[in-house]
Amino acid sequence: MKDTGYEYSVVRGFAFSALFWLVVGLIVGLWIAFEMFNPALNITPWLSFGRLRVVHTNGLGLGFGLAGIFATAYYMLQRLTRTPLPFPRLAKAHLYLFNIAIALAAVSLMAGMNTTKEYAELEWPLDIGVVILWVMFAINVFAILIKRQEKQMYISLWYLIAMTVTIAVLYIVNNLEVPVTLFKSYSIYAGANDANVEWWYGHNIVGFIFTVPVLAMFYYFLPKATGLPIYSHRLSIVSFWSLIFAYLWTGAHHLMLTPLPEWIQTVAIAFSIFLIAPSWGSVMNGYYTLQGNWEQMRSNYLAKFFIIGITFYGLQTLQGPLQGLRTLNAFFHYTDWVVGHVHMGTMGWVTMIISASFYYMIPKVTGRELYSVKLANVHFWFILAGQLVWTITMWIGGIQQGAMWKATNPDGSLMYSFLDGLTSLYPYYRIRFGAGVVYFIGILIFTWNLIQTVRQKPATAEA
Amino acid sequence: MGINSKPVVFALLSAVVILIGTVVTVFVPLFMPSTQPVSSYVKPYTAVELEGRDIYMREGCNNCHTQTVRPLRTEVLRYGEYSKAEEFAYDRPFLWGSRRTGPDLNRIGGKYPDSWHYKHMQSPQSMFELSNMPPYGWLAANRLDISNSFRKTSIQGFGYTADQVKQQIADYKARVTASGYDSKATRDLVTPANLRGELTEMDAMIAYLQKLGRDVKSLGAKR
Repeated sequence: MKDTGYEYSVVRGFAFSALFWLVVGLIVGLWIAFEMFNPALNITPWLSFGRLRVVHTNGLGLGFGLAGIFATAYYMLQRLTRTPLPFPRLAKAHLYLFNIAIALAAVSLMAGMNTTKEYAELEWPLDIGVVILWVMFAINVFAILIKRQEKQMYISLWYLIAMTVTIAVLYIVNNLEVPVTLFKSYSIYAGANDANVEWWYGHNIVGFIFTVPVLAMFYYFLPKATGLPIYSHRLSIVSFWSLIFAYLWTGAHHLMLTPLPEWIQTVAIAFSIFLIAPSWGSVMNGYYTLQGNWEQMRSNYLAKFFIIGITFYGLQTLQGPLQGLRTLNAFFHYTDWVVGHVHMGTMGWVTMIISASFYYMIPKVTGRELYSVKLANVHFWFILAGQLVWTITMWIGGIQQGAMWKATNPDGSLMYSFLDGLTSLYPYYRIRFGAGVVYFIGILIFTWNLIQTVRQKPATAEA
Repeated sequence: MGINSKPVVFALLSAVVILIGTVVTVFVPLFMPSTQPVSSYVKPYTAVELEGRDIYMREGCNNCHTQTVRPLRTEVLRYGEYSKAEEFAYDRPFLWGSRRTGPDLNRIGGKYPDSWHYKHMQSPQSMFELSNMPPYGWLAANRLDISNSFRKTSIQGFGYTADQVKQQIADYKARVTASGYDSKATRDLVTPANLRGELTEMDAMIAYLQKLGRDVKSLGAKR
């Protein structure tokens, strides 16, 4: 467009793809949230909860999450290396094939082509597609880093490199399957081993899609948006290496008190507790960056997205490790508490950072001013309120259900039937649905704001 | 720091760093006996049970139901004997689940007669008014596709011959279509007339559910 030949149409394309899949994924989320207290919406097999839940997780994790990551990655890679994208047509092909793949993924999951391995449910033909798309992305990543004009790689690039390498390993290893037909396969692993591989994958895919690249955004867009340098480069080095080292040991905290060998569970707990340190390294780095400039929380509409976002990240990275402790896990596992935990991370941390990054980036790559700062603020408060009510309701529900499962009468018999525990949650499910609607409105405002931004005439001055 | 200007070295180092935890906690256990204990009392799924398992997976039942009873007093009280690793030797993929919107199913085998399951799957709300489980009556309206049944058991490594698979299917069909079948009335209620003489997807699903935990229970009965 302008600048020195940077490839920005792909950045814009992925950003709007992310918004599209976010809206779709949230509609599915609202549908299944309703089904949780009223099964009337299970009108056909394609809309039944068991199939739609997977569409929701994959649509948002792979659809919204990866699209947002590709958008910001293609932007940050070019800006931080001061180099145009080496293979722009490859990136454009990546963009089109990505959206086709996500659409096919959603349809295939609704049709029941489901491996049941969480966040790896796509059947094998689409798995191959995902690997091909990842290689297409990785080619540009390494080509631009090798050709770069800026000698020293900034923090965000470290996180993007780690993400590129690790997701490849995770996705391939966990999706090794023997095909039965074109649409059906069986895992090569069995029983406890399959569980162990799955949750090594499941936890780390969350880590390397929802943490690592979002930290890359945080470390780039926070300084850009506020004009303030990151507080400590040394702290960022220590945080990065200890984070990517420790993360890979923690998967089995999803398998506490299951038949997996105890030592693997205990090692997972130890490293999960350790993981608090590198995570909070980034949290501290974020807060201290604002030191002496806290008035920006009022004067700069973007500051609050980053600071509240990193706060949720801090809470998440305390709550998660604590959930791995056996005593707490015995209470919370399999309840809505964990569902609450997931959504504080996704609706709190991830969405806020991507929102702020897009608000900064889209005007830059399209040569327009943001349509409305006021709407951005409304968006912020809606998603904050929606997410908090959503999350806290699920924590309360989780405690209630866990307690009812464990309750015994004086003679030692169980006090409640399973159904008692479930039906006691319906009021919380209704509140959760309302909170989801509020959050969704915030996202619609966000989407509208960016659409209106690009519909404006371009600014006459160079960005 | 030197490596911050060497992207390829940086990438290789990152790869090594992430593989350390991976090798110790995932790759090494793949070769340890403790993650794959074998027990003679655990039997592989029959061809029909495996088809039922695939339907369970297709419908995403694992999103609401777990199959792991933990070694906790109230859990054992509610569900039965806690789950052991050897029970899952033939589970590819595993179906331990991660959420209980519905109860754990690891010991559901033999707990209810087939008729209970026919009725419940067709309309959970007819038995439990406040249940949020989706109705699955349409499973009984789908003829069971057995064109890949032998191939599936071969890939799973169960060791059946093609004839054995044919026999398993024929035996189960004979069982549920017999005039003396103890759940005939309920089965006929949920199954369309043109399929009552055939195996449906619901028949297979129930075969699978009745297998869960059955081996452990029969071991307990022997003692």
